Amino acid sequence: APAKGYGGVWRRAWQCGAGRLSPVPRGWRAFPSNARGGAGSAAKCGLVPWVPVVGLEVHAQISSNSKLFSGSQVQFAAPPNSLVSFFDASLPGTLPVLNRRCVEAVVMTGLALNCRVNKKSLFDRKHYFYADLPAGYQITQQRVPIAVNGSLSYSVCVDNKMSRMVTKTVRIKQIQLEQDSGKSLHDDTRSQTLVDLNRAGVGLMEVVMEPDMCCGEEAAAAVKELQLILQTLGSSQAVMAEGQLRVDANVSVHHPGEPYGVRTEVKNINSLRFLAKAVDYEIQRQIEELENGGTILNETRAFDSKLGCTIPMRDKEENQDYRFMPEPNLPPLILYDAKSLPANMNHQQVVNIDWIHERLPDLPSVKRAKLVEQYGILPEHSFTLLNEDGLTEFFENVVNQTQMKPKKVIGWILNDMLSYLKQHSLTVKESPVSSFLLADLLNLLEKKEISSTAAKQVLAELWKGEGKTPLDIVKEKKLELIQDQKELEDICQAVIDARENEVIMVVLG
Amino acid sequence: VSAALREGQTTPTELCQKCLALIKSTKFLNAYITVTEETALKQAEESEERFRRGQPLGVLDGIPVAVKDNFSTAGIETTCASNMLKGYISPYNATVVQKLLDQGAVLVGKTNLDEFAMGSGSTDGVFGPVRNPWSYSRQYKEKSASKSHSEDEESKWVIAGGSSGGSAAAVSSFTCFAALGSDTGGSTRNPAAHCGVVGLKPTYGLISRHGLIPLVNSMDVPGILTRCVDDAAVVLGSLAGHDPKDSTTIQDKFKPFELPNLPDVSKLSIGIPKEYHAPGLSSEILALWSKAADLLKNAGAKVIEVSLPHTRYSIVCYHVLCTAEVASNMARFDGLEYGHRSDTSKSTESMYAATRREGFNAVVRGRILSGNYFLLKQNYEQYFVKAQQVRRLIANDFRKVFGSGVDLLLTPTTLTDAAPYTEFIKEDNRTRSAQDDILTQAANMAGLPAINVPAALSERGLPVGLQFIGRSFQEKQLLTVAKWFEKQVEFPMIQLEEMMRHDHGVLQHQKSASFS
Repeated sequence: APAKGYGGVWRRAWQCGAGRLSPVPRGWRAFPSNARGGAGSAAKCGLVPWVPVVGLEVHAQISSNSKLFSGSQVQFAAPPNSLVSFFDASLPGTLPVLNRRCVEAVVMTGLALNCRVNKKSLFDRKHYFYADLPAGYQITQQRVPIAVNGSLSYSVCVDNKMSRMVTKTVRIKQIQLEQDSGKSLHDDTRSQTLVDLNRAGVGLMEVVMEPDMCCGEEAAAAVKELQLILQTLGSSQAVMAEGQLRVDANVSVHHPGEPYGVRTEVKNINSLRFLAKAVDYEIQRQIEELENGGTILNETRAFDSKLGCTIPMRDKEENQDYRFMPEPNLPPLILYDAKSLPANMNHQQVVNIDWIHERLPDLPSVKRAKLVEQYGILPEHSFTLLNEDGLTEFFENVVNQTQMKPKKVIGWILNDMLSYLKQHSLTVKESPVSSFLLADLLNLLEKKEISSTAAKQVLAELWKGEGKTPLDIVKEKKLELIQDQKELEDICQAVIDARENEVIMVVLG
Repeated sequence: VSAALREGQTTPTELCQKCLALIKSTKFLNAYITVTEETALKQAEESEERFRRGQPLGVLDGIPVAVKDNFSTAGIETTCASNMLKGYISPYNATVVQKLLDQGAVLVGKTNLDEFAMGSGSTDGVFGPVRNPWSYSRQYKEKSASKSHSEDEESKWVIAGGSSGGSAAAVSSFTCFAALGSDTGGSTRNPAAHCGVVGLKPTYGLISRHGLIPLVNSMDVPGILTRCVDDAAVVLGSLAGHDPKDSTTIQDKFKPFELPNLPDVSKLSIGIPKEYHAPGLSSEILALWSKAADLLKNAGAKVIEVSLPHTRYSIVCYHVLCTAEVASNMARFDGLEYGHRSDTSKSTESMYAATRREGFNAVVRGRILSGNYFLLKQNYEQYFVKAQQVRRLIANDFRKVFGSGVDLLLTPTTLTDAAPYTEFIKEDNRTRSAQDDILTQAANMAGLPAINVPAALSERGLPVGLQFIGRSFQEKQLLTVAKWFEKQVEFPMIQLEEMMRHDHGVLQHQKSASFS
C-alpha cells in the first residue's frame, strides 16, 4: 500500500496546518519523500512546497419510511424492484409529491451544521441518460437549496497521538435535497445490465463542504463527525457499508500564494478508511504528476480499494451539460418560523423551523463536553465513547451502578472491554458482558474484595457469557482478598511454620 | 339526457350502444384511436343497474364520454398517437378519468391527437389525421360545391384543429356527450372552434394533471369539450378540486356551481384587447368579433378596448418554454421501463438513440432538439430565463387589465376557419403551431381560464368561435357570460346527412341533446 492508512509517513507534513486559516502547512519545507518511490523527483524539487486542498460532497440517505417523492417504502436489501411505485419507474403522467419528513431531516441537519435555512427553496431537474435514472433527470436543488452557509467542527490528532487533539472547522456551502438513483448491475459475461429501482427516488441530502481540508485524515475526521451528527439527529442512519453515506472528494494541489490547481473528483467512496487513503493517494499522485512536468486533468476518478489507488472513470469522462431546468411540477418549498407561521395553517401541512430547532438533541460536541465535565474524563476519551455506537450509554450505566470513580471506570471500558470487542468484531450492543455485570465486578474491586489482577481474571471468565455473576466466579476460583485479620495471621503463621529453616535464616540475617 | 335517463325514456345501455354505432359509422373521421366497446357496455350495464335501483351517482351517470389518448387509463392502451407508446397500457387511471368513472360516466374510447399533443391540426399523429365532421355537413357541402364542382371531394375535407382534434370531432359528431382534451397552448379551444363545440380551458391548478402525459407541465391543463356551456360547467364541477397526487393543484375547496338560466351581463366590464387584432385575422372573424362586442354592449355591458402590450412576444417565448419542457419530459422515453425499444443492442447509448429515433416523429424530435439547445449552459440565460421573464410580463399584462376593473376579455379563438387538409400540410408543424396558437397560448402563459364558444358559420359553411378569457379561478363568471353568448348567437346544428342515412334514429334523438 502506498500509505499506511491515516498515519502515512508523508501525511504528517500536511496535517499540521491550521485548516483554512493558514493553508500553508507548517513544516512544508521539510517535504518528506514518500513511500511510493517518488522520492527522486520530490528530492530534486524538495524545496518547492505543495499545498493540498480537499473539498467534499457527502450524500447521506435520509432515514424515512417512504421515498422523497413517492409512497414507496425505503428499505435496505429488499428483493430487487420490490419497492418501486409508478412514479419511481417514471411512468408517463406521474407527478412528484414531496415527503415532509425528508424536508424536516434536512432542516434539522442544516440547523445542526449552523446553516442558514432558506424559507423558500426550489427544485430543479438535472438531465442525463443512465439506465438507473428512469426519468432521464434527477430532481435536485441546484439554484436555491434548503440550507446554506454553515460550518462543521471536527477534531484531528496531532502526530497520531490521541492525547493531542486539534479542533478544525470546515465551512458547509449548502445542503440540498435530491433523489437517489437506482442501481445498475453489469453482467459482463452475458453483456447485459440489470437495473434495480428500489433505491431510485430515496431522499438524499447532499452536504457540500468547502475545500477547507488538506489531507485524508482531515477529510475522514470531518466525515466521521458529520456521520455522528446525522446519527444523533436521526436524519440519516449514515451506515457507510450500506451506502447510506457516500463521499465524493475534490482534490487539488498548488504552490502557496498561487491559485488553486486543477482538481479531480474521486467519486463514491464508501468507507472512512478508503476516504483517507483515496485523498492521500490522489494528493501524492497529483504532486508527482506535476513535479514530473505533467498536467492534472479535470476528471472523475474512482478509488480502487484493492490496489489502493485512484483510476479515471471512463464512462463519466465526457464533459456533461446537465441542462438544468426548474422542476415545474413542484411549487417552491416554503418553510415557516414562529413569526411567519400563518395562524390558520394546518400544522400537518407546514414545516416550522423554530419548532425543529427547539427539539434538536445534544450534538456530539456538546455530549463530549458534558462527559468531560460531568465525569472528569479526558477529552480524547469522550471521543472514543461517542465514536462507538452505544458506548456512552454503556459507560454511563456502569458509572451509575458503581461506587468506582468514572475516571477509573473509563479505563476498564476503553482498555479492557473495547479492545476485547474489537478483537472479536463485536458491537457494544452485542457485548456478552452487560453494563450491570461489569458494574458488579468493578464494585467488588472497589470494595477491595478482589485485586485488580483477579478482576481481570473474572472479566476473562465473564466474556464466556455463561450466565455467571462476577461473585460466582470469584467464589468458584477463590479469588477474594482476605479481609479477616485472624485468618491472615493464621495463614502467615502456617507459612512460617512450614518453612522453619528459612525463617531461622532470616532471623539470623 | 340525464333527465331522460332518470325518467326512463332511455337507458345507459341504449345510449351507449347508439354512441358505439355512431362511432362505427363515423370511423372515417378517425376521431378515435381506441374504441372501448366491451368495457363501455359493461359500465353502461352497471349504470343501468344503479338507475334501476333508483340510485344513480349523479348527473354524469350513464353518460357516454371520450378521453384524449394522452390521459392514462388503467387497462386501456394510452398511445399519445406515437410509436413510442403503441401498446402501452397504463396500470393506473389519470385522476380526471377516475373522477369521471367514479361518477358513473361511460368511457366509449380514446381520441386521436397530434403525437404527444404537439400540433394544432390533429394531423401529425401516427394513426393519421382527424377529419373535421363539418367537412361532411350539408352546410359546408352546399357552400363549397358551388365554388368548385370539379374538385375531388376527398381533397376538400378540412382539419379538425388540434391537438385535441379527436375529442372535438367526437363531440361534434355526437359520438359522445363530452370529451376530455388537454390544453397547453390552445389544444382544446382551437379544435373546439374548428369543430363548432364548446372548449373550456380551466385555470391552471384547478384540475389535476396526474395521469395526463405532459407536454408542458407549467401550462398543461385538462380541457373540457362539450356541446353546450351548461355541460362544460357540469363536467368542470365533477373534475375540479385539489388532488394530493398533483402538488400544483390548489388546496381551496372547489364548489360546483350551476349557471343561471337567464344570465345577466349588464353589470360586467368586457375588455377587447387590441393586440388580438393579429396579422392574418380573417375579415369575417373580425366582423364577428365586433358583432359580439356590440351584442354585449347592447345588453348593457361596458365594453372597452384594452391593451396587453407584451402579447406579441408571447408566441416566441411559448416556443422556448414549450420545447425546453418537452426536451425534459421526453427524456424518460428511453425504451427501458416501457414503450418502444429498438432491437439495437450494441450499447445502451445506441439503443437509446435508435429507440428515440424510431419512436418519435420529426416534430417531437425537432422540439426535443431545440429544447435541449435552449437549456444548454451557454444558452440558458439568454433563452430560457429571458422567456420566463417575458412570461411574467405577459401575466402582469393580464393582471393589470383585470385589476383595472375589467371582468373578462373577448377575443377570437382562431385567425380563420378550418383549412382543408391539403392546404394545411403545405406548412410545417412549427409554422402552423405558431400561427394557430397565437390567440390562445397567452392564456396558458398566464394560467388563466378561457373558453371557446361557437359563434357562427363562416362563408364556407364552417364553424367559427370566439374566446372569453377570465380571471384566475373565476370559472363561474366566465361560463355565465359564455352561456349568455351561446344563447344570443344560436349557433346552428351540424347537419350530417351521410350519417343520418345510416343512423337516422340516433341523430334525431341526440340532435339537440345536452346531458344536463
